[in-house]
Amino acid sequence: MSKIGVLIEMSENVVKDANFGIITAARAQGNNEVFAFTINGEAADCKDAVEKYGVEKVVDLSADGADLKTSPDAFAQAIADGINHFEIESLLGISSTVGRDILARIAVIQDASLVLDCIDVDLSAATATKSHFSGKTFAKIKLNGQFKIYGIRPNVIEAQTDACQAEIVAFQSSVKDSGKLKVVELKKSDSDVVDLTEANIIITGGRPMESEDNFGILKACSELLGGAVGASRAAVDAGFAPHHMQVGQTGKTVSPKLYIGCGISGSVQHFAGMKTSKIIVAINTDKDAPILGKCDYGLIGDLFEVVPALTAVLKETQI
Amino acid sequence: MQVYVCVKHVPDTAANIVVVGGNEFDESVKSVVNPYDEYAIEEAVQIVKQAGGEVVIITIGKEAAITTIRSALALGADRAIFVKTDAQFLDSSLTSKILKKAIEQDGSPDLIFMGKQSVDSEGMQTHYRLAAAFDMPVATEISDFTLGDGKAVVAREIDGGIKEVSEITIPCVIGTTKGLNEPRYPKLPDILKAKKKEVKNIDISEFGEDLNSGKNELVSLELIPDRGAAKIIEGSAQEMAKQLVTILKQDERVL
Repeated sequence: MSKIGVLIEMSENVVKDANFGIITAARAQGNNEVFAFTINGEAADCKDAVEKYGVEKVVDLSADGADLKTSPDAFAQAIADGINHFEIESLLGISSTVGRDILARIAVIQDASLVLDCIDVDLSAATATKSHFSGKTFAKIKLNGQFKIYGIRPNVIEAQTDACQAEIVAFQSSVKDSGKLKVVELKKSDSDVVDLTEANIIITGGRPMESEDNFGILKACSELLGGAVGASRAAVDAGFAPHHMQVGQTGKTVSPKLYIGCGISGSVQHFAGMKTSKIIVAINTDKDAPILGKCDYGLIGDLFEVVPALTAVLKETQI
Repeated sequence: MQVYVCVKHVPDTAANIVVVGGNEFDESVKSVVNPYDEYAIEEAVQIVKQAGGEVVIITIGKEAAITTIRSALALGADRAIFVKTDAQFLDSSLTSKILKKAIEQDGSPDLIFMGKQSVDSEGMQTHYRLAAAFDMPVATEISDFTLGDGKAVVAREIDGGIKEVSEITIPCVIGTTKGLNEPRYPKLPDILKAKKKEVKNIDISEFGEDLNSGKNELVSLELIPDRGAAKIIEGSAQEMAKQLVTILKQDERVL
């Protein structure tokens, strides 16, 4: 049995769903003892959620000499101190913007091997599978060294419950903030945003959306689906949607169970961001659009008719 | 300002990748400046235009990477350092060690820019390792950079559409992404001028690093097959919508 750490990501005191699949990967069918790492008193909010998936220890990290929320380097150092203290052999986390950043900082502190954006991991063999060449190939990578870090793409590993009783263990790090990098402000966007990388269902609009207002029809549909709305690069570049909604090479990489592309042509760069979705549906007027050559279902029609029709059917069937 | 920009020579994202021998790829495809590095070059060139100094490109790559170096020079950089290797993939910890040595023997960096990731191996960590080697702070996925006195204000988009604004002391390492600037298209005179700019060649062996001591080892490379053609659903908008919902619920069980 190995000791595996999981870096828990919270959003307003709630454990993000994407953590649970990561815990499942760490648990490896009950073969490992899983330590959930949290900071600044989040442990209590975290415990109930994570013990259902087999976390046995919730580490409550704190540091008097640094503000862990505004200093990514101190945060990483505090986790690294905890890792050494509890003799953790591998650390897993979500390969989100924040997760990638902290995991990479921990990797350099520990001088450890690191693979980000893993779509599969084998902890006992110390290998990870990830995309190379914008989603055109899978690369299998062996992580060398004593301590290894894996950042896992959200939603690629299905969470499995494995209930146990977790214990909260406090750990105080002596880290001092160097003051070289400090978060000074978090600017929230105006509208309520469902995080794309975490969403189980995503409906995306391309250039044929024609305007920002028209994205409202996608939003209406996504609300019924409990999903999020995305945009293609063409739609973002045309000013119809903000960059944080962009799916693809220069935007977000997503892996929902259902991806519905509306008026999306299906470039290589777009597929780089959504190729690992479970089911891909395309709504397109052009039956020769490249996306129809490499997705699961195609609806040939005008998105301005098909999407509202889909919304209506969903409303009727009340899912 | 002494500004270094780390640039990688990578296959064009639209190129057709062919795997050779299990863990290599056929390099006879069109290769370009790593797209995220274009933002790094543009930012460096704009900063030096304002603050003075020079922009130095540094590339580790095979002989063919000279085309990428010339492209980077055509985008406004002053000169380049070319570290030559025969390896197709070089693990990021080794890459950062060699980048550090090469930069250090050239000058004293105020700023080091590079794309937030390469589009070939997508490792997303070289900038962290390089920053640690120099004991500099690092920030990445930066889409907003404002140079101040002894520090810079940087911003990046984090999850949920939130913009995170940070202050970082200089010298530092910055990973760049879309939104930072609009990389220029080189004009013919720029391309001609780039041919005359200085490129310092160094063989990777001169740095005395054991090239087999990487932390990550590429075991295998395997093409991800595209899905086949879509199953086409036809009919009126309403008929198609109904049929799709039925399929997604009953057959695929994703609703």
